[in-house]
Amino acid sequence: MHLTVGPNQFFWKPDPWSALYDELARIAVDRVVIGELICSKRLPFYQDRIPDAIETLLAAGKKVAVTSLALVTLKRERKMTAELAGLGAELGVEVEVNDLTALAMLPEGTAFSVGPMVNVYNEGTLAWLASRGATRVCLPPELPLASVAALCQHARGLGVAIEVWGHGRLPLAISGRCYHARLHGRTKDNCQFACEDDPDGLTVDTLDRQPFLAINGVQTLSDTYANAANQIEALREVGVSGLRLSPQSTGFARLCHLFRQRIDGKTDAAALVSGLDEIARGMRLSDGFLSGVAGADWTGKPLQPL
Amino acid sequence: MFQVPVAIPTFPKLPARALGVVPLGPISMALSAFAKQVARRHPALFRRLGDHAHARFILDPTDLPLVMRLEPNGGAPRVTLLRHPDGGPDGGPDGGPDGRDARIAGPLAALLGLVHGAFDGDALFFSRDLLIEGDTGAVLALRNAIDDAELDLAAELGAISGPLRQPLERLIALAEGATGVALSRHEEEFA
Amino acid sequence: MEIVCPAGTPAALRAAVKAGAHTVYCGFNDETNARNFPGLNFDRAEMREGIRFAHDHGSKVLIAINTFPRAGAEGIWHDAVSDAASAGADAVILADPGLLAFAMQNHPDLRRHLSVQAAAANSDVINFYARCFDVKRVVLPRVLSVAEIAAINDQTKVETEVFVFGGLCVMAEGRCSLSSYATGLSPNMNGVCSPASHVDYHDEGDTLAVRLGGYTIHRAKPGEPAPYPTLCKGCFATQDQKGYLFEDPVSLNAEQLIPQLKKAGVTALKIEGRQRSRSYVAQVVRNFRDAVDALEEGRELPAGMLARLSEGQAETTGAYRKIWR
Repeated sequence: MHLTVGPNQFFWKPDPWSALYDELARIAVDRVVIGELICSKRLPFYQDRIPDAIETLLAAGKKVAVTSLALVTLKRERKMTAELAGLGAELGVEVEVNDLTALAMLPEGTAFSVGPMVNVYNEGTLAWLASRGATRVCLPPELPLASVAALCQHARGLGVAIEVWGHGRLPLAISGRCYHARLHGRTKDNCQFACEDDPDGLTVDTLDRQPFLAINGVQTLSDTYANAANQIEALREVGVSGLRLSPQSTGFARLCHLFRQRIDGKTDAAALVSGLDEIARGMRLSDGFLSGVAGADWTGKPLQPL
Repeated sequence: MFQVPVAIPTFPKLPARALGVVPLGPISMALSAFAKQVARRHPALFRRLGDHAHARFILDPTDLPLVMRLEPNGGAPRVTLLRHPDGGPDGGPDGGPDGRDARIAGPLAALLGLVHGAFDGDALFFSRDLLIEGDTGAVLALRNAIDDAELDLAAELGAISGPLRQPLERLIALAEGATGVALSRHEEEFA
Repeated sequence: MEIVCPAGTPAALRAAVKAGAHTVYCGFNDETNARNFPGLNFDRAEMREGIRFAHDHGSKVLIAINTFPRAGAEGIWHDAVSDAASAGADAVILADPGLLAFAMQNHPDLRRHLSVQAAAANSDVINFYARCFDVKRVVLPRVLSVAEIAAINDQTKVETEVFVFGGLCVMAEGRCSLSSYATGLSPNMNGVCSPASHVDYHDEGDTLAVRLGGYTIHRAKPGEPAPYPTLCKGCFATQDQKGYLFEDPVSLNAEQLIPQLKKAGVTALKIEGRQRSRSYVAQVVRNFRDAVDALEEGRELPAGMLARLSEGQAETTGAYRKIWR
């Protein structure tokens, strides 16, 4: 099983942003997806650092992909998306499609990967994407194990590698409206980058003060960090070839290391979970999409065989 | 193009109090027979209830001192009238919702208006003219099934009244005019 | 302009047609459509009968098969498309690329519309869907402003349909798993959002606590409206604020924007609400039909008739005005 580090979902200042990729170059992850997934307004702040980061990662032997935005609406965003294919070719990396707009703009025959924001729920869509050149698909986190298994089986025949969400706050929704700006009484156009103060998103509670969701600009995430520590054997058995870890501001390199140990059979799920608690005490976990009833559930148990 | 009643009419207090003392057994039996008649004429209503055809509904007209327990029973419905223990809104030991039941409460006129397509359930609910407790899914199924059945309780009553049909219809029309309560089906355009 | 009206039941379909709907949209009574609610929708016989009724009265019927087929069970969705074709539907409304490919291959003459669930939010991707699957119309996501809609229409031959009234999704549709996170049931997979089966209205003395999947997301004092606990319209708290962080419990009413939408090149106006009663459908349809007829005849638009039917009894023009963002 390989480890992929997904695109940073949050808005970090340029220095911590660069530090993340320098660090990833030094540790045992296999793939890194880089670029802006959530908000086109953030990109200018670190855009000039992307080529260097990619170069560092490639030099360290990592596979690299550049992500598209998750929702493309504005003219500026369409232009950005159109330039992505050229950028990928120029830097020698593939494009991760997270909105089909990016696929629309790739020259036919270009190989690409598909991120978790594209709705790949079934064999028909998987086959269609493969026919367009998809070689790797990270499935939407909402899918239960039964669907993951059916898709893996179909993917083998198509020569497509399947990846699932391994760790991180879940991307639950994306909107045209910026919730950080709304919270601060601003419009999206005049947001003054309120999301910058929350490098892991801003936790949202229910009225009973139960932590529930997190907002990140136009994105809504789970409060919990979805974590597949207990499902790794089951996922491997159905044919999943990689896990995706989503960057967080504390202890991310350590977290990647713990997952590597776990995948290589050097530690068990309990050790991984207690290791995570040392990294960020009180980090609430969930594994409900894969093995529970609701996504927010934490079963903390291995999956029953299908 | 459409009229929203400024206020939903409430049942007059004096006859309401009278309902507090009449024996409910015979009325329950008559209502059950009536419900079975409706069931025979509208089998699709129970099909539409699907999984909820065996739920238990408490219909609570808040302006009357009683509640109605409706058990669709998969097409062989039973209706039981139950008294509030102390005139309170909450059914009491055997009449109240026990967690598995679905309770719909509101003025009788709102409940009848819902059946007859004079009101929209969601709109009544958003304005809190209707209250829902318990199994919300079952309430939704009942609401949708009844809405599709295009019931006309007055016509249903007429159908089993034989020679009394015409005077009954006149009486109902008179009562509708006097109270503003939808006792028969309304054409949607004028609802 | 064409009015596209919801029908959750055969009775609502007849009511919509009689009230002047040019077109009615509806779904089968299973997980293939995004309003898979208890007691709602059409079995196969009801669908055939409904289409016959609509056609006899000069109205069209579109069938929404707009959830994402489940891996290992695609046959259910394929059958729905095939049955829509044989029932004589005027078009199917689809969101999933795999299902679009199936429909194009197996029922090439059945007109295909791209559902709002596909969240196709710009002309590039809309034209891409047209190239790949020959879609003739796209239902635009509710995140676009009128100016953006106009720009899209300038750059595509695909007809556009926009929501003008009813429930309002604040998230890009088809890209939201808030509901399955809280309840296990999602719009994409199960055709439900914030499902009634997980709703609990709890009396707390003088307030009514409204919960979804155990999460308290609204408290209403006596006399306050009680919104349905749709997640994105719930009341939440951050460290220092409490309120409707995503959207107030409002519903969309873009009635007054109809002239601008027409100028923006929009073909069809869509009314949300397959879960609403036949009386609601008839009233809203009549109102919007009057409005477009008035527009065609150069008369002034009738206004402000629909407030009481709205969720939370408050309205918004949503993303159509850019300030919403």
